[in-house]
Amino acid sequence: MTNMEQAEESHAADPINASLSAEEKIGLYRDMVRIRRFEQTTLSIYQKGKIGGFLHLYIGQESLAVGAVSLLGDTDHVITAYRDHGHALAVGMSMNECMAELYGKATGCSKGKGGSMHYFAPDKNFWGGHGIVAGQTPLGAGLAFALKYRKVPGAVLCFLGDGAINQGAFHEALNLASLWDLPVIYVIENNGYSMGTSQLRSTAHPQGGLAQRAEGYGIAWDIFPGADVYTMRACTQKAIDRAYKKSRPTILEVVTYRYQGHSVADSKHKDGYRTKEEIEAQKTLNDPIARFKKILIEEGVLAEEQSKEIQAAAKLEVDLAVKFAEESPFPEEAAITEDVYYEVDEKTEAGRTGRHFFN
Amino acid sequence: MPKLTYRQALNDAFSEEIERDENVFLMGEEVAQYDGAYKVTQGLWKKYGDYRVVDAPISEAGFIGLGVGASMLGLRPVMELMFWSFAYVAFDQLINNAGNIRYMSGGLIHCPIVIRGPANGGTNVGATHSHTPENFIANTPGLKVCCPATAADAKGLMKTAIRDNDPVYVMENTLLYGEEWEVPEGEHLVPLGKADVKREGSDITFVAHGRAVITSLQAADILEAERGIKAEVVDLRSIRPLDADTVLNSVKKTNRVVLVEENKPFCGVGAQLASMIQLEAFDHLDAPIQRVSSIDAPAIYSPPLEKVQLPSPADVVAAAEKIL
Repeated sequence: MTNMEQAEESHAADPINASLSAEEKIGLYRDMVRIRRFEQTTLSIYQKGKIGGFLHLYIGQESLAVGAVSLLGDTDHVITAYRDHGHALAVGMSMNECMAELYGKATGCSKGKGGSMHYFAPDKNFWGGHGIVAGQTPLGAGLAFALKYRKVPGAVLCFLGDGAINQGAFHEALNLASLWDLPVIYVIENNGYSMGTSQLRSTAHPQGGLAQRAEGYGIAWDIFPGADVYTMRACTQKAIDRAYKKSRPTILEVVTYRYQGHSVADSKHKDGYRTKEEIEAQKTLNDPIARFKKILIEEGVLAEEQSKEIQAAAKLEVDLAVKFAEESPFPEEAAITEDVYYEVDEKTEAGRTGRHFFN
Repeated sequence: MPKLTYRQALNDAFSEEIERDENVFLMGEEVAQYDGAYKVTQGLWKKYGDYRVVDAPISEAGFIGLGVGASMLGLRPVMELMFWSFAYVAFDQLINNAGNIRYMSGGLIHCPIVIRGPANGGTNVGATHSHTPENFIANTPGLKVCCPATAADAKGLMKTAIRDNDPVYVMENTLLYGEEWEVPEGEHLVPLGKADVKREGSDITFVAHGRAVITSLQAADILEAERGIKAEVVDLRSIRPLDADTVLNSVKKTNRVVLVEENKPFCGVGAQLASMIQLEAFDHLDAPIQRVSSIDAPAIYSPPLEKVQLPSPADVVAAAEKIL
């Protein structure tokens, strides 16, 4: 029986979940609520024309980043693609720096130089935030290579979308990860659509699912529904154990759903390549936050009143982040040519030798 | 001063840097057990083992990207492209990732990686294996690129590149690997962004990089022998950062300049130099700036015609004679 077939079975009793304190469980819930509220607000400010660029929302997928990141320790690392707000908040980046980045402000996590798709926090072992589909997958293998080279026990969670799995770079990364026994876990967040093209129309794959392609590389794999944060944690932990104990990679395919379009510029997501009925059904049956709330109430860990407080606190936190972002200054013009070369920024002798810019 | 081949000088640079810094490792296709497709890494796997000298599968996008990722955590990968022509299957990693991560992270991350290998025509291998992408790389702020022309510069630039904290792309030349030059003994570092006057002269300046420096030196010999003209040869060594001062000072001295490169003319390195010279030394020019590049077409296979396509000493002399 695969984990897909076990979908309706609870993973609450798995040791990794059974060991959670009430406070930790509420923390998982709070993080998911915070991500959703952040994303809802970014959609609203985008629609008001306050921020630019692309905006790929994580609404509906919150349990994946929160569940997986909650398992990580000091020597584990995270890297993802452009739908990166959820992962950024899950690793502990502040709403202020994330929101200010969307506004292109100097107080943004990347000083307004990266935007929505390029959040980074190396101090939290978070290596981006990458804009090109599957471009981050060899980097994830490289982080794992560095851990192994330095003989540091650890694991790398490299997230990607289902649309990324047909890119050559991903296959090359898989080959290297298996060939060199790298402790990297590729987490395919399968929301069913690579932009406007369904999995059926984009991806030839074995019956077992996208992740079963792993067999071609001798890599262990699993497929499971991601809406339940307990399931996400239990199944991801197995891959982390494999990384630590055997220094072997894993491919996880996590079945999920995005409520919004590929990006907010995706006009066809409600009545083009998907139907409103499909979206509503997912919201009703598979909402990660509603599901976990129900579980926690049944467990007696969370009360309705407390849930409301968490919602209100998240709203306040986002509202303050918007205020912070709006009141923050834009970068100075001189910043355009800063953070290009380390040696120039650090004013080293190398940075002072020769002409680096040609303006 | 002992004479070493360009190949051996590079090999010595790798040995010295591997021994100096435990974060330095070599990776590429055939670099380890095969001793390198062009034997540049000969003996290093035997000496330093699998840990420091790593054979990669033919998978440039994969292993170059892996190197970039490893460099974010502080390793100093020295990645060989068997030919720089193969970079094109790894462009997302070379340009988008290595070139932009520092900027897009607001300076939180840097990538101390070296990507190296030969980038030259003239070996009858056809257009797909004869690319000279130094202009592509120089067009990407965040990346550095250098093209050593001699063994001493190859060693000194490589060691500097490995110690640099930004991505440095080093373009070598298979036609130079077997050539010998004097190389200083002991620690020998050549800074990036510092050109070298390979031959002093007063009548005309040739600015070149890579093997075009050798071509320019030969042209200077011909001009001196046949006409008594003293040409100055400025070897850029590093394209970005660029030693603008040495170029401009030479032009101000000789008042005539020929820009020589094995790259194609359109948006080549010479185009950038011509723009800079006319803007910053216009009043010192006594004649239009001349450019000598490869003939503007894909690299031809046919051996005698490929020689015609690449800049020769006679081409440089002819360009010089237009303005003398």
